[in-house]
Amino acid sequence: MLIQYEFIILLIIDAVKILTIGSAIMGAFMGALMVERKLIGRFTGRYGPNRVGPFGLLQPVADGVKMFFKEEIVPGHVDKLVYLIAPALSLTAALLTFGVVPFGRESITLPFVETLLGFPVKLAPWVADINVGVLYLMAIGSLGTYGVVLGGWASNNKYSLLGGLRTSAQMLSYELPVGVAMLSVVLVTGTLRVREIVEFQTQYGGLFWLVFLQPVAFLIFFIGGLAEAGRAPFDLPETENELIGGFITEYGAMKFGLFQAAEFVHAMMLCTLITTIFLGGWNLPFLQQIFIFLPFLQLISPVIYLSIFLAKSILMYCVLIWVRASVPRMRFDQLMGFCWKLLLPIGLANLIITALVLAVLFF
Amino acid sequence: MQEILFFVTATLCIVSALGVIFNKNVVHSALLLLINFCSLSVFYLMLNAQFLAIVQILVYAGAIVVLFLFVVMLLGADLGEDVSTWLTGWNAFLAALAIIMLTLVGTSVFESMTQGQSGNFTPDDVAKYGQAQMIGITLFTDYILAVQLAAILLLVGIVGVIWLARSDSRDLILAGKALSNKTK
Repeated sequence: MLIQYEFIILLIIDAVKILTIGSAIMGAFMGALMVERKLIGRFTGRYGPNRVGPFGLLQPVADGVKMFFKEEIVPGHVDKLVYLIAPALSLTAALLTFGVVPFGRESITLPFVETLLGFPVKLAPWVADINVGVLYLMAIGSLGTYGVVLGGWASNNKYSLLGGLRTSAQMLSYELPVGVAMLSVVLVTGTLRVREIVEFQTQYGGLFWLVFLQPVAFLIFFIGGLAEAGRAPFDLPETENELIGGFITEYGAMKFGLFQAAEFVHAMMLCTLITTIFLGGWNLPFLQQIFIFLPFLQLISPVIYLSIFLAKSILMYCVLIWVRASVPRMRFDQLMGFCWKLLLPIGLANLIITALVLAVLFF
Repeated sequence: MQEILFFVTATLCIVSALGVIFNKNVVHSALLLLINFCSLSVFYLMLNAQFLAIVQILVYAGAIVVLFLFVVMLLGADLGEDVSTWLTGWNAFLAALAIIMLTLVGTSVFESMTQGQSGNFTPDDVAKYGQAQMIGITLFTDYILAVQLAAILLLVGIVGVIWLARSDSRDLILAGKALSNKTK
């Protein structure tokens, strides 16, 4: 009976954690939208939104309210069920990825809870620490295609269908280089656990981030991730000059908002993944040594870890915006040729070289 | 708790599998197939086979169903072509084959559950080293021949695809030349 009781408590804690992270991400989506519009404005010599609220900071709120109060129109010629499911699928797949991202180093034992409940409760800074974390990331990433493909098909519109087809081809192709880049990382770290990949980077004073050990894999992951998230210069799903709006053409109101949110969450996910896998996650060089000299900092270490993680992710997001503002969109044949004829061979060569070097080192 | 989860998932699995067959819309069938694959992966999770569960989603849900959808769209099914009837002689024959197959698989699973031998690795090993590692070791030692045969099969597939793509583009170029000659 006691086991049942503990189990339910743990279940509730997990549910709360999932809700917290989910709503935090949806809040961050608002912020990301704002930062993106402001920065893009600056990059192109404009001010960006600056009318609503102080410095225009309430613009995303205004946009959100507008989205919610628009009339929900379902065009008559669409496949209704699939048409309505597609945006939700898109956002869900993007959100699920955050389940294995570690936001800090170790679990905290909650104070006072042991006296209250009779057993200690540990609060881990991640939702799940599964032993096939990297594969989970790949699997959920590949599910992201469905929202777009189904949205494009169910709209029953030539432009939507073309956009959906293009996007599915793009996402399927770019999964391969990303997977190969992940494989070289897994070869170096020797684990599929995301948490252990970060732990690997805290060794030797936290100097050996995987971006230094695997620069080629990092570049391939970055470029492939941009393409999978449908970010500029790979935002072919919605080329307005050729396809009107691609798969979003027939979507309006909050359904459109969901697709938009999915795109942003996908981009944020890319940033957190790059931070976790290549940029040392929640660690900074010599942070652990600083903790030894200043032990009182150890008390607030979860906060420090979380802020370092967020700072890195936000910086990465600014790089994404920078890329979007400065690189023009690719043509579709260029896109596919780039993936299959350049990224994939380089990735495979990188994988083989990594394997050979490791074999020589550990023989 | 486990039983409830099992029966819910099993119902979902069977209903979606039947839906794949009896649904008249191709794309809806593909979606039901997706649900079926996902519920299968829940089964793997319940059997503590996380690696298999994830690979099931990665390969089947992530790649194969997308490919199905892709082909359906390329062949230009506007909102999916409805199949008028599924009760044909050919389908009956296929159903009979499927039932025979199911009996064979069921029997072999039952036999190996009751009198089969267990593998080399204990659950403790799996917990210690991770499932991917254990499966890798097993695949590349005991079952290396099967792995290599599968690799050759895939290689044949890749070469075939490249040849097809090549000859197709060659044909296109030839057709384009013929067309430009005609206009001259």
